[in-house]
Amino acid sequence: MGGVINAVIQPEPPGLMLAQIQNGPTQMVSGNIFEGLLRYSPKLEPLPELAESWSVSEDAKTYTFKLRKGVTWHDGKPFTAADVLFSIEMLKQTHARARNNLAQVDKVEAPDDYTVVFTLKQPFGPFLGIFEVGSMPMVPKHLYEGTDWKTNAYNNAPVGTGPFMFKEWQKGSFIRLVKNPNYYEKGKPYIDEIYWQIIPDAAARSVAYETGKVDVLPGGSVENFDVPRLSKLKDTCVTGAGWEFFSPLAWLWLNNRQGPLADKRVRQAIMFAIDRDFAKDVIWNGLGKVATGPSASTIKYYTADVPKYPYDPAKAKALLKEAGYKGEKIRLLPLAYGETWQRWGEAVKQNLMDVGMNIETIATDVAGGNQKIGDWDYDIAFTYLYQYGDPALGVGRNYVSSAIAKGQVFNNVEGYSNPEIDKLFADGAVATPDSKRKEIYEKAQKILVEDVPVAWMLELQFPTIMRCKVKNLITTGIGVNDGFKDAWLDK
Amino acid sequence: MKQFWKSMLRSPSGVIGLVILVFAIGIAVFGPMLFPNSPWRMVQRPFLPPFTLSTVPLGTDALGRDVFAGMIFGARVSLLVGLVSTLVALVVGVPIGAMAGYFGGRVDDALMRFTEFFQTIPSFALAIVLVAILQPSIYSIVASIAVVSWPPVARLVRGEVLSLRTREYVQAAVVTGQSNTWIILREILPNALSPVIVLASLMVATAILLESSLAFLGLGDPNLISWGYMVGAGRTVIRQAWWITVFPGVAILISVLGLNLIGEGLNDALNPRLSREGR
Repeated sequence: MGGVINAVIQPEPPGLMLAQIQNGPTQMVSGNIFEGLLRYSPKLEPLPELAESWSVSEDAKTYTFKLRKGVTWHDGKPFTAADVLFSIEMLKQTHARARNNLAQVDKVEAPDDYTVVFTLKQPFGPFLGIFEVGSMPMVPKHLYEGTDWKTNAYNNAPVGTGPFMFKEWQKGSFIRLVKNPNYYEKGKPYIDEIYWQIIPDAAARSVAYETGKVDVLPGGSVENFDVPRLSKLKDTCVTGAGWEFFSPLAWLWLNNRQGPLADKRVRQAIMFAIDRDFAKDVIWNGLGKVATGPSASTIKYYTADVPKYPYDPAKAKALLKEAGYKGEKIRLLPLAYGETWQRWGEAVKQNLMDVGMNIETIATDVAGGNQKIGDWDYDIAFTYLYQYGDPALGVGRNYVSSAIAKGQVFNNVEGYSNPEIDKLFADGAVATPDSKRKEIYEKAQKILVEDVPVAWMLELQFPTIMRCKVKNLITTGIGVNDGFKDAWLDK
Repeated sequence: MKQFWKSMLRSPSGVIGLVILVFAIGIAVFGPMLFPNSPWRMVQRPFLPPFTLSTVPLGTDALGRDVFAGMIFGARVSLLVGLVSTLVALVVGVPIGAMAGYFGGRVDDALMRFTEFFQTIPSFALAIVLVAILQPSIYSIVASIAVVSWPPVARLVRGEVLSLRTREYVQAAVVTGQSNTWIILREILPNALSPVIVLASLMVATAILLESSLAFLGLGDPNLISWGYMVGAGRTVIRQAWWITVFPGVAILISVLGLNLIGEGLNDALNPRLSREGR
């Protein structure tokens, strides 16, 4: 046992304080420093983490969590229910998704140091799905209480309860984590140190793996066309697992408010015009799956029984003609996340031009693109979002009219507004039992797919490439994000 | 004029350069008429090697787009950017240099400090910053290349004007009471033109390289295909598909070489000390 693992982190995270920053790379590094009350299996079943066991009352409104005893923070102070209450207070202010997830919570109490009781305003089906480390990380009360959270010095040297402790961060070079010797699961973690290597160029990341500088390439850290080549290298293992909790779904935002796209028929034409199998096979090298609608096929209550949009340019042309489209200029914002997304932008543009749409590509960087999308200053824009296992957590936010808020990026920026959909998502979140929720969400999916508020493209797959000697790295629904707890190196 | 062509055609480098340039311009002007398909269209399976199918003689790129069509359409963008940005740089640089050299004194100081201000900033870095701020488009690219390339023109023209300013025919013009504008335009500039023309031909070559470099870095106009874009987009797959980068790279090489040869030929033809031998 023991050993050092070098992994790529891409891009360099803006910070590591998981309660305040939720970028992908932050979650990937800090998920091994911080912990949540629960972990999730690849099938998204809750597993014990800081909470040892939990129970739900008859009326599904009271959830009681028993915390694990003998857990300490990295500085040696014990972890107790007071930390849980404090973390929730902080997250409500600093973590938009956590705030939303906790909206149905009436009160949280701690009858003793090792018990936490959540009382809900009404039953909330997906409640047991909100305790993952990136969604609700536990932060140390004794280091944060009474301080300015944003400027607290521990943001730069985070202290958690997790299997690895923050050691140092050479900006632009690497982040180093070391084993927590007092970890509550005796014997774990098996690895001594993790170096997260920061390598800005995609080709250089591939080379770093080939030359042995790094052992783990987490999903999305090399370009897709390099995946088959790297997979064939000696002693290399590849897996698509470890993204079940996120189920990233890519789509095109369509600005429903103005111009030709305000017409449903034009939006449907876009669905027919784009060759999504081509995108999957060529641009994503066969990884992923063509999306059928607002839910990824891996999350709850998904249904394939919705209107279908095969690649059919003739039908797209007919719909455009019917809608009276006369070649008005339409602006397309690709996603500035690297080669794959740029090529995808070019392919989609060509698909749309082929059916007679007048597309102009606007080049931006990530921040500029986000700003344009948030200000609704676009016609078509690429994006991909996580779904968090349940339509109430990761799907509804993009389609209900209450989520229209100018200036923010990941809500209902397309401006779709349909009272029926609003009601379905409101009902679905609190309906019981499960069969009732299923019925509601299936209906919502059918309506959305008919209306095409956004153009769904692909369920993305981000394969993790690693040396075969790295064992047990991906065992949960969030994969590498909390995987180093169980990982070990075969000698 | 006849004399000029005669000496131009006598220099072999000038002839080769001219042939290359005429050929490139021919492709840029007439190529898209002969190959009307958009270079962005996915026509064949991706990564098709060159010389396997006659419909896509130079193979296809990562999306199955015709590399040959990209070369044809790219010629238009590369040459256009090179020529237009050089023209803009001349329009800015020549008057500034002429005024500085003619009026001297404070005007000269002010204009030259202004010019030096631009010269102290590394030109490629400045071009990147300008394009990034203005958003990449054909206009911002032309503008930023012009902004970084006019200072040498201004310095060169100033030097020429400074030396011509003291000639007797210019002083005679001053004595006869002609206006400053008239003197600069009619007496001085025509005589200062030959080195500017040589410089301009080299500037076109530099501008093509600058445009290619910007496009290589992803700062090209996303709606126009150019050689630099093709090299940049193909760079990451060079180990799987060399042809995507090599052909446009060779095109850049040849056209820049051609322009340099023309510059050399012009220099031979316009330099009185060299060309007089032939008279």
